[in-house]
Amino acid sequence: MPVAVILAAAIIAWYALAVALNASGAIERVLGLRDAPWNWRDLVEATLSMQRPVLPAPHQVARDIGASLLDWPLDSPRNLLFHVGITAAATGVGFALGALLGLLLATLIVHSRTLDRALLPWIVASQTVPVLAIAPIVLVILGSLGVTGLAPKAVIAMYLCFFPVTVATVQGLRSPQRSETELMRTYAATRWQEFWLLRVPSSLPFLMPSLRVAVAAGLVGAMVAELPTGAQAGLGARLLTGSYYGNTVQIWSALVMAALLGLALTSAVGVLERLALRHRGR
Amino acid sequence: MARPWRGRAATLAMVALVGAAAGGFALRPAARGEITPSGMFWVGLAVIAVLAASTVRRCAALDDSRLARTLTMALFGAWILYFWQVLVTALDVPKVLLPAPLQIISMFVAQLPVLGRDFTQTVLKSVLAGWALGCGLGFSVGVAIDRLPFLQRGLLPLAALTSTVPLVGVAPIAVMWFGFDWPSKAAVVVLMTFFPMLVATLAGLQAAGRSERELMVSYAAGYGQTLLQLRLPAALPFIFSALKVNATLALIGAIVAEFFGSPTVGLGFRISTEASKMNMPLVWAAIVVASLAGSGIYAILVQVERRVTFWHPSVRG
Repeated sequence: MPVAVILAAAIIAWYALAVALNASGAIERVLGLRDAPWNWRDLVEATLSMQRPVLPAPHQVARDIGASLLDWPLDSPRNLLFHVGITAAATGVGFALGALLGLLLATLIVHSRTLDRALLPWIVASQTVPVLAIAPIVLVILGSLGVTGLAPKAVIAMYLCFFPVTVATVQGLRSPQRSETELMRTYAATRWQEFWLLRVPSSLPFLMPSLRVAVAAGLVGAMVAELPTGAQAGLGARLLTGSYYGNTVQIWSALVMAALLGLALTSAVGVLERLALRHRGR
Repeated sequence: MARPWRGRAATLAMVALVGAAAGGFALRPAARGEITPSGMFWVGLAVIAVLAASTVRRCAALDDSRLARTLTMALFGAWILYFWQVLVTALDVPKVLLPAPLQIISMFVAQLPVLGRDFTQTVLKSVLAGWALGCGLGFSVGVAIDRLPFLQRGLLPLAALTSTVPLVGVAPIAVMWFGFDWPSKAAVVVLMTFFPMLVATLAGLQAAGRSERELMVSYAAGYGQTLLQLRLPAALPFIFSALKVNATLALIGAIVAEFFGSPTVGLGFRISTEASKMNMPLVWAAIVVASLAGSGIYAILVQVERRVTFWHPSVRG
């Protein structure tokens, strides 16, 4: 209920802002061309239905998204779902690979004092560094090796995903108390059993939030990876072409779709989390 | 059980020895890319790799002191740089694929004025302005709606959701509204940093314990006094962690926003244009600047946090 009120307030504010920001353009380009005198009602109507508004009104964005989803087949570049699919595929592949890599690395780090001391501090420190800035380099390297299309985007999404997963999994695998590990010893559990039966289950509550962080980071990575290549398809490419041609409605619809994709990906991970933590009675 | 050869001094001596051997090896003509490396060269390099790995192992096996940890980390980083340098030159890897560290350093030094201007543009203008404004706004709104539970319940879920949304995408819109120069990047940064700060402030204000609050009530402290003397200090650890997370976010936001259009200066502009010109050493040098800026800001914030929240258990240690 409070959420609904805030959302309604935000939409009303959006309309008000749209009228305010588009007013001068509307007067200049629409109303000024008519000879007839106009009143404030014409002005509001004009601001909310401009071709290239400074800020498109919500219904314009909704209509643009609706038109692109319903009027064009799924495999047409005019359909936004086509672009969503391309970005989602890159994010998904990158996320899966990055999570696997993170889990593997975390397992190695937990079992090797050398890696723990030598490698983990660098991984932790890299979280303070804008690693996303390496994206153009990855694109150039893979491009000159002849790798294009989905793979470079997935690689960028992958390396953005693996940092948080590694750090959180190391923390989680270390979380069992001393008494718990000692209990495993008294059961004469092997190292392998201790790992699978104690450490892995107790790492899940740490791992799952990091997966949610990772998938959001991976989506940003995949979208940014679509920028410098001049990619033809994908949400990032839609944003870029929209900004080249000053097509604001296109930018906003791509943004809305990106936000929805982000929410969808995170809630998919959330479902996974609930499945994984089901037996823990939470 | 005394095992003197495992001690700190012995390890340091071994590091120095292997380091000297590796340094001498790197001066060989093959390692400097002057002649094609022979079979013996690769054997030598393999021996050094084995020795290097054993020095890192030895350092890691030292005691738990801070010094030993730092040493291990630094040694590992140094070896990575060493093998990167030697392998890239010996194998004659094209600069476009991967420049050697020394090439990056010399480019860094040669282009220092350019990179300095990029630093000023991106870090000192876009990032600092946007970060300060975004964090300040998030904090103020958090404190302001502290007494309005209705707004809190409405805003908090939405603010938490924004962390799953790629907010950098507003960069093209920001460029249209605020122009190509730094204000548009600062605007993106404001948007990206606002919500984490809001969420952290609201969470932090709830962090004061029940007994402390009751103590304040028994002192007949008003709302303002309780806020200033108990709840804001209790919120500081939350606020600092948001400040730190936001510092990295702000840097990412400013750099990515520059990919969408910027004046001919800025770290993001440098990275994207030099990458398309295949001038990779300069791209790497710009990334070095961005990384130094990121970890520098982080280190400063950690120091400030230690001074300000000296009473917190995690700082008292």
